[in-house]
Amino acid sequence: MAALEEEFTLSAVPLGAGPDGLLGVEQCDKTDQFLITDGGRTVILYKVSDQKPLGSWSVKQGQVITCPAVCNFQTGEYIVVHDSKVLRLWTNEDVNLDKVFKATLSAEVYRIHSIPGTEPLVLFKEGAVRGLEALLAEPQQKIETVISDEEVIKWTKFFMVFRHPALIFITEKHGNYFAYVQKFNSSVLSKYTLLLGQEENFVIQSFTASLDRKFISLLSLSSDGCIYETLIPIHPSDPEKNQQPRVVRSLLLKTVVSGNARNALSVLDQDHVAVLGPPLPASKECLSIWNTKFQTLQVSKELPQGTSGQLWYYGEHLFMLHGKILTVIPYKCEMSSLAGALGKLKHGQDSGTQTMPHFVNWETSQGYGLESKNSEPSKRILRRRTIEPSVQPEVPASQQLLSIIKKDSEKHIEIELRKFLATKRTPDFHTVIGDIAIGLLERCKTEPSFYPRNSLMQLIQMHVLSYSLCPGLMEVALEKTDIQMLQLCLQQFPDIPEAVTCACLKMFLSDAVQDEKMEEQMGILQNGFNPEEDNCDNCDKELSKKPQKTVEETTSCPVIPKRAALLNAVLHSAYSESFLLPHLKDIPAQHITLFLQYLYFLYLKCNENATMTLPGIHPPTLNQIMDWICLLLDANFTVLVMIPEAKSLLLSLYKFVKSQICICSELNKIEVSFRELKKLNQEKNNRELYSIEVLELF
Amino acid sequence: MGEFKVHRVRFFNYVPSGIRCVAYNNQSNRLAVSRTDGTVEIYNLSANYFQEKFFPGHESRATEALCWAKGQRLFSAGLNGEIIEYDLQALDIKYSMDAFGGPIWSMAASPSGSQLLVGCEDGSVKLFQINPDKIQFERNFDRQKSRILSLSWHPSGTHIAAGSIDYISVFDIKSGSAVHKMLVDRQYMGVSKRKCIIWGVAFLSDGTVISVDSAGKVQFWDSATGTLVKTHLVANADVQSIAVSDQEDSFVVGTAEGTVFHFQLVSVTSNSSEKQWVRTKPFQHHTHDVRTVAHSPTALISGGTDTHLVIRPLMEKVEVKNYDAALRKITFPHRRLISCSKKRQLLLFQFSHHLDLWRLGSTVATGGKTSGKFLVPGKHGDTLPLSKDADHLLQLKTKVSKMPACLRSAVQIMFSEDSTKLFVASNQGSLHILRLLEGSFKHLHTFQAQSGTVESMCLLAVSPDGNWLAASGTSAGVHVYSVKRLKLHCTVPAYNFPVTALAIAPKTNNLVIAHSDQQIFEYSIPDKQYTEWSRAIQKQGFHHHWLQRDTPITHIGFHPKRPAHILLHDAYMFCIIDKSLPLPNDKTLLYNPLPPTNESDVIRRRTAHAFKISKKYKPLLFMDLLDEGTLVAVERPLDDIIAQLPPPIKKKKFGT
Repeated sequence: MAALEEEFTLSAVPLGAGPDGLLGVEQCDKTDQFLITDGGRTVILYKVSDQKPLGSWSVKQGQVITCPAVCNFQTGEYIVVHDSKVLRLWTNEDVNLDKVFKATLSAEVYRIHSIPGTEPLVLFKEGAVRGLEALLAEPQQKIETVISDEEVIKWTKFFMVFRHPALIFITEKHGNYFAYVQKFNSSVLSKYTLLLGQEENFVIQSFTASLDRKFISLLSLSSDGCIYETLIPIHPSDPEKNQQPRVVRSLLLKTVVSGNARNALSVLDQDHVAVLGPPLPASKECLSIWNTKFQTLQVSKELPQGTSGQLWYYGEHLFMLHGKILTVIPYKCEMSSLAGALGKLKHGQDSGTQTMPHFVNWETSQGYGLESKNSEPSKRILRRRTIEPSVQPEVPASQQLLSIIKKDSEKHIEIELRKFLATKRTPDFHTVIGDIAIGLLERCKTEPSFYPRNSLMQLIQMHVLSYSLCPGLMEVALEKTDIQMLQLCLQQFPDIPEAVTCACLKMFLSDAVQDEKMEEQMGILQNGFNPEEDNCDNCDKELSKKPQKTVEETTSCPVIPKRAALLNAVLHSAYSESFLLPHLKDIPAQHITLFLQYLYFLYLKCNENATMTLPGIHPPTLNQIMDWICLLLDANFTVLVMIPEAKSLLLSLYKFVKSQICICSELNKIEVSFRELKKLNQEKNNRELYSIEVLELF
Repeated sequence: MGEFKVHRVRFFNYVPSGIRCVAYNNQSNRLAVSRTDGTVEIYNLSANYFQEKFFPGHESRATEALCWAKGQRLFSAGLNGEIIEYDLQALDIKYSMDAFGGPIWSMAASPSGSQLLVGCEDGSVKLFQINPDKIQFERNFDRQKSRILSLSWHPSGTHIAAGSIDYISVFDIKSGSAVHKMLVDRQYMGVSKRKCIIWGVAFLSDGTVISVDSAGKVQFWDSATGTLVKTHLVANADVQSIAVSDQEDSFVVGTAEGTVFHFQLVSVTSNSSEKQWVRTKPFQHHTHDVRTVAHSPTALISGGTDTHLVIRPLMEKVEVKNYDAALRKITFPHRRLISCSKKRQLLLFQFSHHLDLWRLGSTVATGGKTSGKFLVPGKHGDTLPLSKDADHLLQLKTKVSKMPACLRSAVQIMFSEDSTKLFVASNQGSLHILRLLEGSFKHLHTFQAQSGTVESMCLLAVSPDGNWLAASGTSAGVHVYSVKRLKLHCTVPAYNFPVTALAIAPKTNNLVIAHSDQQIFEYSIPDKQYTEWSRAIQKQGFHHHWLQRDTPITHIGFHPKRPAHILLHDAYMFCIIDKSLPLPNDKTLLYNPLPPTNESDVIRRRTAHAFKISKKYKPLLFMDLLDEGTLVAVERPLDDIIAQLPPPIKKKKFGT
């Protein structure tokens, strides 16, 4: 699971960043040291772990650094270009940039690239590339023009492909994008035209690239807020052909940021990308980590002071300008494992409840994504305000529904939604449902009065939603104290974060759960739903009924039946202990006591029959009860010891544990006696060492 | 078939010795096992795990280490400070050599097989060169301050790891000096134990050293830096043994609690190249200490104080479901330890250092119904009242001192039926015939070994008329000699699997041969060819349940009156084959434990087949027909053996 750690700033003084932010952050030959080039005249060398600068160099007044300083990993020297053509080389010992080695070149430099293991490369604005050594040997050599007029280099990256350096750069001309791949082992320059698909009116805001085995995977963030992937072959299949090969980009992630701001993108590893930008048009900028494989948001961090829309990633650190201050956020992505991903699974569904496709079929999801770009555009779900529905002659039902969601009344949405859900399911059904839910939630956020409860309930009951498909849903429900909805979510979603589970638990234990309110909501529920297609409602009711039964049997149930039903939903939810424990500490002690009392009550109930189970459909299991008792005690023991109400409960739990220990020791004693008996018995048998018997063979 | 009076004997007080070492030889797929009494056994894993060779032990030669070197050469070393090489052909000790380092605790052959290392009580590690005829001392390594309990070579042969008390040393072979000394934590579950004994080490080709110790730890060390990499706490008691597979992708450890743990090198996540050692499977096939383990390509082999040799196949490595796919627990020797005098109703039990002679008891019960001519007093399952209990007559411990040279070492001896001749299989492949006179004997003849072989004959059979002698070694075929004419009569065609039992039938002089793959052949000595019946059963094939038995036939007997009957037994069943009845095919039931109820004679006759099996007596060490209506069965219940073992480590069953 990816995680962003506590951020820290590198410089207390604001950098002299221009309107375009920093020029660059580059690695140094020593680990943990980075060269920061600001937009003006200064290059600073930072040691990141110490958060302090090790050195700072500036060019003379009047001169302007035009390309980020880099470190030559082979010699340890630093290289910078100022005034587009003047190359400066210096080392840590040099103080004044004016007095260091200087070389004036014949053409304007776009960037210098340097990565460990090879000599630095200089990329000229006209697209020509030179090795640094060759260039320094003859600085005034003629530099050829590679790209056409009006073609401008937008982005570039330098790789090692099987120990051979390769450079990729992207150019733009009149809204068309071209990719050039220069390989130095064969000196082949391959040019590709980037086909943008249907979204040609969008500008590409940011690029990032990573190496696959046979391809350079170029990710681009468009101004529509989506991330696209383009695979550029490292080894061009047919270099003889003069024809420019075209590469198509495919949608990787949809609408991760709002497209209108300055956004940035950086690939972290095979499956993770970091995106910088506001997730919604109105919101503050955020740094988010997305898993591209599962298309889920892993973690997000708000950056309220705004950024320059630039993002660098080296090793474990993400660099960005937060406000005017250079900020480093350490990023960690643990090895993803099944256990880590799932935590404790939801307990097996009982036969009474339907089997629901909890897990989205990613194959169809990705297939769908590709299809949408390569074939008809009409299949795409467009939900940006900039696109008018009239542009598309044939608008899919889901899109119509989305536009209805944006404008119409709750009642109308509900009717339309029911119509839509009655239609046949497409392979991408779950994503469509997710989009609809997100659409509804977006409107909830912008319009505080808008809360399409029934529609949301209906969507949840389609059994295809999960927490990650509509991240805001439970938060909204928590905000509105919509207990019924939360219960439904707890029953339906397989992937609720522990923090949210705990928030639900907190609410269920608080005074928010009252009889009248519940009754009222049940009424709404009954009105709003068609009982035939809504079988979960039934199980829901069963669940509410079950504790009532137990109440009839014993009078000591510490909570009202409604609350018991809600708590049972929490008991069934999936969790990982280590993530749940810190949140459990936040629950007030009185509530913890109440919950423990309830769990103890359930435990006693379990002990009433031989199979150690509770009556009713889908009851919590003994293991779940014991796990939760242990968790609660672990998290809150010191607090519980202090409060008098919990005293009797703790005493009874203590007595219980004591009696268990007693039983074990008694059993051990009995075992010894039994062994002695067995030995005696054996000796008796042994006496028959010799006998004469009759045997008949058939 | 008939009714029998069965003398059910359980007083054979045989207790196998605990297993001390096992050594697996990949080249020949053989397993050498040494026991605490110094006995060494060789099992042929390709021949249905048959124990094909056996070197008797002696208290003074307790083995502590056993290893194969130079392909097929077997060495052992023990607390008497000697290194012993075994002659696998002559079944004898080739030579023994004192290492002059006090008791030897460990031994390891170099990966190339040309050098031998021993770890001694005085803390020295000694390197020996293995020459074709002998071993030669080469050098001492830097002496350590306490005994060297375990040794392991790096697969490249440049370094070794040596486990001592509280630390592991890594030696450089060239210089002979310790490169690293890795101290092992004495702490055990927070309690400081007195000492931490490194019971086993394994050196992997990537430089990792795995150690197992008396604190219950399995630890991984980096030999380049001498640092601890990882610890697995696997037991509350000692971990006493370790063995690594040739591929170095799995290893096995054995603990004093009787548990064997399998560790495997598995990928951290699917399709990632990063791998780590994971404890995958625990096996509890032993009740006592697992003193030694071995890792064959397809199985985990373990042995210990509870005397069982356990072969646990790795199911993922076994391709076809056959013998190799079944768990094997070998407890009893694949040899006959009992012989019987039919006329005098005496039983002779063979122990490692003495012989016991017993006389069977008798019953006066008479009457009942007739079975053929014989009167059986009682019905199936009855226990008859004893008129006389069995007597322990003698215990023979002393050996005759003056023996001719040819009799000093014998692999097998046998008397002729009329007790006038003694046949001796010597350890040089030759067979001697002696005439027994009152109080002395006379050497009559020696059949020399076949040219070029020195393989000892370990099974003998003599015909009741005294004319024929059959002898079999472990690999070559069965030779039949004419005692009258004193020459080789014929050789039975060689078969792939070793012979487990031999016998010559009275009157017909048919030689019955049982092989370790459960095949049985009947060979007519006068005609020098297989009999009709043998051909018929080979043509039809044995019943699959017969072939699936996992203990070898150890004895073959005949009915004195009915020449068509052959009696055979293994450890779990005995069978009387009636050659006159039709052979069973795979559709018929081979063994039916239930007596026929009210079926008509017709049905009984139709379903009757040649194999009459009883599994009533087990584990069965010996069974024979005393006369036409009396059987003797010698059982050795496992519980009786367990009762004589030291108590195992007590484990709590309830509570933790």
